[in-house]
Amino acid sequence: MTTYILKRFLQLIPVFLGATLLVYFLVFSLPGDPIVALFGDKPVNEAVAAQLRVQYHLDQPFWVQYLLYLKSIFTFDLGQDFSGRPIAAVLGEVFPVTARLAIMALIFEAFFGILFGLIAGLRKGKLFDATVLVASLIVIGIPIFVLGFLLQYFIGVQLAWAKPTVSSAATVQDLILPAIVLGLGSFAYVLRLTRTSVLENMSADYVRTASAKGLSRFKVVRVHILRNSLIPVITFLGADLGALMGGAIVTEGIFNIPGVGNRLYRAVLSGEGPTVVSIVTVLVLIYCLSNLLVDLLYAWLDPRIRYDS
Amino acid sequence: MKGDTLNASVEIQEAEIQEAGFAAVRPLLEIKDLAITFATSNGAVQAVRNAHLTIMPGETVAIVGESGSGKSTTALAAIGLLPGNGRVSAGQILFDGEDIANAGEKRMIELRGNSIGMVPQDPMSNLNPVWKIGDQVKETLKANGLPSGPDDVATVLSQAGLPDAARRAKQYPHEFSGGMRQRALIAIGLSCQPRLLIADEPTSALDVTVQRQILDHLDKMTTELGTAVLLITHDLGLAAERADKVVVMYRGQVVESGPSLELLQNPQHPYTQRLVASAPSLASRRIQVAKELGVESDELLAPADATAAGPAVAEDVLQIQNLSKVFKLRSGFGKSTDFSAVDDVSFSVKRGTTTAIVGESGSGKSTVAQMVLNLLTPTSGKIIFDGVDTSTLNSREIFAFRRRVQPIFQDPYGSLDPMYNIFRTIEEPLRTHKIGDKASREKKVRELLDQVSLPQSTMQRYPNELSGGQRQRVAIARALALDPEVIICDEAVSALDVLVQAQVLNLLAELQSRLGLTYLFITHDLAVVRQIADHVCVMEQGKLVETGSTDDVFDAPQQDYTKALLNAIPGARLMLPPEVA
Repeated sequence: MTTYILKRFLQLIPVFLGATLLVYFLVFSLPGDPIVALFGDKPVNEAVAAQLRVQYHLDQPFWVQYLLYLKSIFTFDLGQDFSGRPIAAVLGEVFPVTARLAIMALIFEAFFGILFGLIAGLRKGKLFDATVLVASLIVIGIPIFVLGFLLQYFIGVQLAWAKPTVSSAATVQDLILPAIVLGLGSFAYVLRLTRTSVLENMSADYVRTASAKGLSRFKVVRVHILRNSLIPVITFLGADLGALMGGAIVTEGIFNIPGVGNRLYRAVLSGEGPTVVSIVTVLVLIYCLSNLLVDLLYAWLDPRIRYDS
Repeated sequence: MKGDTLNASVEIQEAEIQEAGFAAVRPLLEIKDLAITFATSNGAVQAVRNAHLTIMPGETVAIVGESGSGKSTTALAAIGLLPGNGRVSAGQILFDGEDIANAGEKRMIELRGNSIGMVPQDPMSNLNPVWKIGDQVKETLKANGLPSGPDDVATVLSQAGLPDAARRAKQYPHEFSGGMRQRALIAIGLSCQPRLLIADEPTSALDVTVQRQILDHLDKMTTELGTAVLLITHDLGLAAERADKVVVMYRGQVVESGPSLELLQNPQHPYTQRLVASAPSLASRRIQVAKELGVESDELLAPADATAAGPAVAEDVLQIQNLSKVFKLRSGFGKSTDFSAVDDVSFSVKRGTTTAIVGESGSGKSTVAQMVLNLLTPTSGKIIFDGVDTSTLNSREIFAFRRRVQPIFQDPYGSLDPMYNIFRTIEEPLRTHKIGDKASREKKVRELLDQVSLPQSTMQRYPNELSGGQRQRVAIARALALDPEVIICDEAVSALDVLVQAQVLNLLAELQSRLGLTYLFITHDLAVVRQIADHVCVMEQGKLVETGSTDDVFDAPQQDYTKALLNAIPGARLMLPPEVA
């Protein structure tokens, strides 16, 4: 197992290099001059612009810029964004917020998705099953920003059950409503996946055998149906953690959350190459690590899967 | 110490049973006028009607029938485990006097495990793959209020004949062989010493010798514990050998029941008569008994007739010389170990005859078949087909070779393309070999369907609309399409019900006498060999241990292994008069 984990970590190296190169190239090819954009409506002061170009290595060819950027990563100096703040500090500010949001969304979708999916599967064709199936279709069908605005308006503004916007501290309490909005789409998928998986397992021979042993219904469901049904669900959830981290842009926009999505969006607009690449690289690494975590969980849940040999 | 306490509890239970027996001879299980209905989208379907059977304490009763006869459904009703859409619509199931036909789930949970145990059919799918064997035994003990420490689990497993039980308990099902899994399932079924054990085809997925060992062990354990057994099986020979009474079910009804030997010797219902006549284990036993009485065996079996008439020329169409196949098994970090699947095997097959290769799983018999079909390259040795070494053939010659040697595989579900209709399935080899034009190919397909006794309307149908037996007929028709000389049947009838199996074997024999075909028949079922083969090759762990004419091998087996295989045929110990047929 250790060999396997080591191998997977080694695989991160080419993924890291590839991702940074690709993203760096994309930002480099963006039309428009970021320095000119910096001046906004004011006339461009050529002397200042030239100085800035040198400072951010924008006068160098692509390869030199990229290599300089790599060098700065390995010396743990990610440079500064255009407002002069160290990028490392920016990352340290925005990632905890989004991580909090994503983990809350993940807990929400996993807990309720699995719970509702299990009940729906066990009571196939009954009222509960029919209701959640229709509801999940609606949730999947409506774009997240529509859902976000609707919930923000009704729950946040009209009913005032939760704060409609998030304070700069982005506390757990602030993030409850955004986390639900962010997790809703995946919640519907988790629900449907669990339901299908439960239905499949319920007719498995070993479930019947478990009943024949004299186990209570609760035990049969918990020990034999639920655990076996969770294998595909866990895979989805692990992959989704990465997607939630990067995909929070819309939700963060609606609720004005000072997280990764917001910062990334601004950085893309103003063409801040190093900031964009740094954020995206961290996202890629998170994605890779959460996939590794899924694979390890997978082996833990299903002993037939072994990564050694 | 453990053994002592267990023996003591066994004695107590026996004493209780005797006591109960003296008090009143009440049946342990009595099924009266049972009807079971399944709710389907096409309305209610009655799976079982007017079923009745009685099991006395400690008695073994077998229900025999083909798939879909309602035998498993009846047994599942007795333990309250009918599938969701099924229910008991009429009648009673009296367990020790208590009607449990529509008992609540709570009462059934109390009964399951410690009063009524179950050993299910398929050892591959009945253990939860994600839990250790020990955990699955432990939860059974725990649910029934018995001590469930690691020692108790190990005792239960070792009583079911699992060696090294304490260590084995820590393994997962996928680390067990089929036989070991079935032992674990038997351990689970008997762990709480139930008074009734429902054994649903407990060994049908296993090799014959393993089957015998496990059934013997089950017999021994249930006798010691005084457990009554409801044995579900499709094999009449096995039922007759293991059970005191046999109940025959056909299309949801009990057509006949009675003491095993009586029923076997004097079947009343036409279905039972057909079953007795075609059960392979019984048929082969009948030949043996007949021989002892001086009757010619050929007269007893239609298939034997045909094969006997077939061969006239005694030319070797296939010669297998010192054939070996070594597989490299990976054992981590680029290392590999050699595994000899087939080891120095030599035999020859005469034109127009049937040669059977017999052995258990892992004996290498299918590997031989694949090498003969030129689908696997031998590590060493030669396969000479019609005087030519098949390893020297170039791709064009192999193409021609394929036309002359055709396979029929085991699984009639997997070997037909579900997206092809039957016409396209049978026509495909003709098209591949560019034989004839559209019209003549269609004519040929019609002829082939006639030959395998399928109506011509079958052409437009798809595999999923056909039964297992019909699919196997399609597979035979496809194999015959190219007018081959040799047909390799790899377990071609193993997946079929006995009556269907008998029909397919008859068909193969008839085709052989009509077309002069040569069969190489790969099977684990000696009873089938007895009916169809002229020569037998017995394989064990890659080696050919015995070869000879079918009569010689069956009448005077030379090797211990062959004797063990022959003994393991269910019904081998029965004494049957030949006129049963």
